[in-house]
Amino acid sequence: MNQTLPQSRREWLLSDAPQTRRQARLGAIYQGWLTFRSNKLAMLGLIVLVLLIGMAILAPWLSPQSPFSQNLAGRLQPPSAAHWLGTDHLGRDILSRLIHGSRITLFIVGTVALIAPVIGLFIGTVAGFAGGWVDQVLMRITDIFLAFPKLILALAFVAALGPSIGNAVLALALTAWPPYARLARAETLTIRNADYIAAARLQGAGPMRLLIRHIWPLCISSLIVRVALDMAGIILSAAGLGFLGLGAQPPMPEWGAMISDGRTYILDFWWVAAMPGIAIFIVSMAFNLLGDGLRDVLDPKGGRQ
Amino acid sequence: MKHLLTPRAILLASALAVAPAAYAETPADTLVIAHTIDDIISLDPAQSFEFSGNDVNQNTYDRLVDFDPLDPDAGFKPSLAESWEVAEDGMSITLKMREGVSFHSGNPVRAEDAAWSLQRAVKLNLTPAFILTQFGFTPENVEEKITFDDTSLTLHLDKPYAPTFVLNCLAANIASVVDKEAVLPHVEGEDHGNAWLSTNAAGSGPYLLAAWRPNEAVQFTAHDDYWQGAPAMKRVIVRNVAESSAQRLLLEQGDIDVARNLSPTDVDSIRNVEGIRIQDEPRGRILYMGLNQKDEVLSNPAVIEAMKHLVDYQGIADSFLKGMFVPHQTFLPKGYLGVLEDQPWTYDLEKAKALIEEAGLAGSTITTRVRDLREYTDVAQALQASMAEAGLTLNIEQMTGAQVLDAYRAREVPIFIGEWGPDYSDPNTNAATFAYNPDNSDEAQATGLLAWRNAYAVPDEMNEATVAATLEQDADTRAQMYLDIQKQYQAEAPIVPMFQRIEPTGLRDNVQNWFSGRAVSSVMYRQVTKGE
Amino acid sequence: MAVTDTGAVAGQGPQGGGPAGQGPGAPPPPGRPGRNAARRRARSIGGTLLSLALTLLGLLLVTFIIGRVMPIDPVLKVVGDRATQAQYEAAWRAMGLDQPLYVQFWRYIGDVLTGDFGRSISTGQPVVNDIRRVFPATFELATLGTLIGVFIGVPLGVVAAARRGGIIDQIARVVALVGYSMPIFWLGLMGLLVFYGILGWVGGPGRQGIIYDGMVPHVTGLILVDSLIAGDWGAFRDAFSHIILPASLLGYYSLAYISRMTRSFMLEQLSSEYITTARVKGLSERAVIWRHAFRNISVPLITVIALSFGSLLEGSVLTEIIFSWPGLGQYITKALLSGDMNAVLGGTVVVGTCFVALNLFSDLLYRVLDPRSK
Repeated sequence: MNQTLPQSRREWLLSDAPQTRRQARLGAIYQGWLTFRSNKLAMLGLIVLVLLIGMAILAPWLSPQSPFSQNLAGRLQPPSAAHWLGTDHLGRDILSRLIHGSRITLFIVGTVALIAPVIGLFIGTVAGFAGGWVDQVLMRITDIFLAFPKLILALAFVAALGPSIGNAVLALALTAWPPYARLARAETLTIRNADYIAAARLQGAGPMRLLIRHIWPLCISSLIVRVALDMAGIILSAAGLGFLGLGAQPPMPEWGAMISDGRTYILDFWWVAAMPGIAIFIVSMAFNLLGDGLRDVLDPKGGRQ
Repeated sequence: MKHLLTPRAILLASALAVAPAAYAETPADTLVIAHTIDDIISLDPAQSFEFSGNDVNQNTYDRLVDFDPLDPDAGFKPSLAESWEVAEDGMSITLKMREGVSFHSGNPVRAEDAAWSLQRAVKLNLTPAFILTQFGFTPENVEEKITFDDTSLTLHLDKPYAPTFVLNCLAANIASVVDKEAVLPHVEGEDHGNAWLSTNAAGSGPYLLAAWRPNEAVQFTAHDDYWQGAPAMKRVIVRNVAESSAQRLLLEQGDIDVARNLSPTDVDSIRNVEGIRIQDEPRGRILYMGLNQKDEVLSNPAVIEAMKHLVDYQGIADSFLKGMFVPHQTFLPKGYLGVLEDQPWTYDLEKAKALIEEAGLAGSTITTRVRDLREYTDVAQALQASMAEAGLTLNIEQMTGAQVLDAYRAREVPIFIGEWGPDYSDPNTNAATFAYNPDNSDEAQATGLLAWRNAYAVPDEMNEATVAATLEQDADTRAQMYLDIQKQYQAEAPIVPMFQRIEPTGLRDNVQNWFSGRAVSSVMYRQVTKGE
Repeated sequence: MAVTDTGAVAGQGPQGGGPAGQGPGAPPPPGRPGRNAARRRARSIGGTLLSLALTLLGLLLVTFIIGRVMPIDPVLKVVGDRATQAQYEAAWRAMGLDQPLYVQFWRYIGDVLTGDFGRSISTGQPVVNDIRRVFPATFELATLGTLIGVFIGVPLGVVAAARRGGIIDQIARVVALVGYSMPIFWLGLMGLLVFYGILGWVGGPGRQGIIYDGMVPHVTGLILVDSLIAGDWGAFRDAFSHIILPASLLGYYSLAYISRMTRSFMLEQLSSEYITTARVKGLSERAVIWRHAFRNISVPLITVIALSFGSLLEGSVLTEIIFSWPGLGQYITKALLSGDMNAVLGGTVVVGTCFVALNLFSDLLYRVLDPRSK
């Protein structure tokens, strides 16, 4: 689905009177894509992220040197032809570390983005749909987690489980789910008494079926927007954990940990901390742009009326 | 809400912000220091065992004997004790008190105060108490063993210890002389005034404690009637600044006089900055690598030998530990009686690789835990890289100091990388922990001994030699005994001393006579002056 | 119920330029307001307080459990590295750690109810004293940060919405996006380097110049306020020069959030029918925006501001570390890493209470001010 599609296909997709449900759905997606594509900044974000994914996949081939090989004689070298982004305090090539680090960043973001919204969706919709004491209990638990200072909760989890990249991901996911639960619950409350739900119920659909087939799909678009907008926050939180030494362990080239390594040298060897800082900035910016674009497409209330 | 949005407020704010508020210089009679002081948990000399706590007490209290900040190499000198005499059988030492000295409260310093201070430290039996109890004092017998009359104080020992050993221990923080009459009203139950002294000071030292806000600042004011003369600096402020870069900025801007935690790179770059001077002082801390003998690979003598050649001592000391550590391969710090100067190990990958292959252990993997402190993780990563070359895989888990210590005491750290600081200024302080471990079983729970933590079964003759050295009355013979122990240690022990700490202090040019305490003592402010 | 009802907004968090429709100020979907209003009326104050208490209790329980499963030994922190086994065990018993967990928790709750949070093992002081010392530092920073966020963010958001797609809107969007995307610790380090190290415009790390340390009598703990009370202009200027940089940094983040939310609330209002009516009636654009649209978003906006304030109160750990700011975030983090659970629990209770109180506040405000909820 891109610009080179034959005209007829495009017309089929944009048809005002779709023949089948599938055509309608694809048409909607295509329409969304057109909207999205018209947003230049969002496209820029998407391109950056595609490049990032490519970089992560091709890391071993792209990086000029091993991200781990040390050279104490050539430490803290400024950017040069041999080391495009300079070397760090152990003489490792920063560019190679950044390239390999993109894998870690993507792993963190991807995993958290898979876990947190799913927990949130489940808890939120169940609470909203069931109501009564189930709602009370679930929302009270959500409140407790919301009232916690976020970074401190994550710190506590990591400290309790032992510092590692996996535990950092888990900790971030565990602190990130409550807002999704709230959102999902609010969405559920607005639709649970809708006519078509009542109709489905009359046709004999059980609560699980109603939840999965009718309520979840309606919550998902606003969740996706939220996730896309949260990605940047997740990257920054992960970097914060790395910065505090509780994320990826050495010698893994996690970007936050690289900033933390570089901060000792920031006054004289700015590039050691600046390069990973810029990398984090670019990627989280890309996620934000993407999120903004997605909101325009997916969220009907987002102000595109 | 709307009327609040005038730009006037914003303008006012930015005008205020731009107004220069930085002061080019600190007042002439005030010493301003940036230091990491978040380790203080108590200011009671009977309890304090952290560097920063001892730094405070060193200046608020006096001890019976003490070091001279202007001549620390001379060893301990008379302080509140004017002179001392050892009994012929070596079983007791009598110290004569100096007259005419008074506490901050105005009370005279008496032999009774000194005796009470030592007795309460023994009775409280908190962590540093071993410095005193190793002479046979117990909470039950201490009132008979430490006696006093109007002018003097007598310590009755359980063995004829070397006088240098006993007196070095009396120079330690725990032997600070506390104002008994000032503390008595604050005693709660059986605490001997511990709760009150944790946040207050009752000493006779050159400075009064003006304020302590944990993790923030400690302030001192001068004790103008100090028996060695009023200090030149009337006010001393120590502010907790954790980041080296922040300390450096403060020093460059002239907002502080002294920066005590500068990183090697920061030291390097400001060494030549005008108006700033770096003073390097060797400190007592030894950075060592402990190879846990419970580990199958690490207990192999060939691997122990190989590991000693896998550390790039000079390369590390010249790069990321530059200005912080110098290579040092024995457990006694330079500056101590009987320290061995030999440096037998060199970085030799080929030799290490051959040793490991010969032992048939190439390809082994070791997973260890390292405290998340910059120096340690960097050393660990350097070691990781050289071990990889020699055929060993090292996995590193970074943890907080408390977590690593926990595991270390449970004998669960395969390769420990960290520092050991001496507890008092006598060689026994390190010998008794590195080279002494009479019972290597798990049940012994000798968690205080580094040898036990690394499951190193110290040979019997070394254990005996370590004990014998504490009883040798002649200082020269004693020094030779320590040299012999260190030689044997270098040859066979699985604990590898690698570096000794050098503390660079960043000073404004006009600060003179700064003394961080060398290897034997803590920081002293009384002799510091500020010129033009 | 208070917490739950405002939850939709709470859920949006600082990243959520999110679906504006979830805010309480948005026109409620059909079928909901009646039910909601009825439910609200039905809840007594007692019920509200009960649920608050439950939340706090849960918070305590979770923190307590984390503290107990944490592989950090608090006893070691107290007795130190060199302690003998006997000394270790004595301290272990003295700290009550020999008791079963539920007994420990029960005792703790009892102590908390009498205002006793125990003694911190990393500072050796009662936790209450510690918090009394560190909280004002965080409060002062968060307040100033929020003020900066409001004074710049709100007008920026309003203008951006009024001139949608215009140059201001684009600038506001970029400003906000950069704010969301920048690692704060990095920006802080750079800011300190440039504005203090090179330009010398602002004070260095810490709350005050070290010379002023302890010179202003302690009244509120807020140095800006205390120095004004004491009439010490030098100290005030000094304190201001120290706070302005970290506060601007936090202010920037809060600005990014507040301006986006303001914009999105405003857009919603501007597209509604009564605005069209007002325009048709010939009201000036200025009057339409400020007198009508802006007035209508003030309630949800205050909620947003309260929440952003709350998140700054949590203590921006990284900012506090970089600026050597002796605040709550740094205190809790340090305590956490040394297994100082009394301090962590105490700090968490304070933060949790603030959060819950802010929620309650915005909920009450909503009830009082918003005509639709009556």
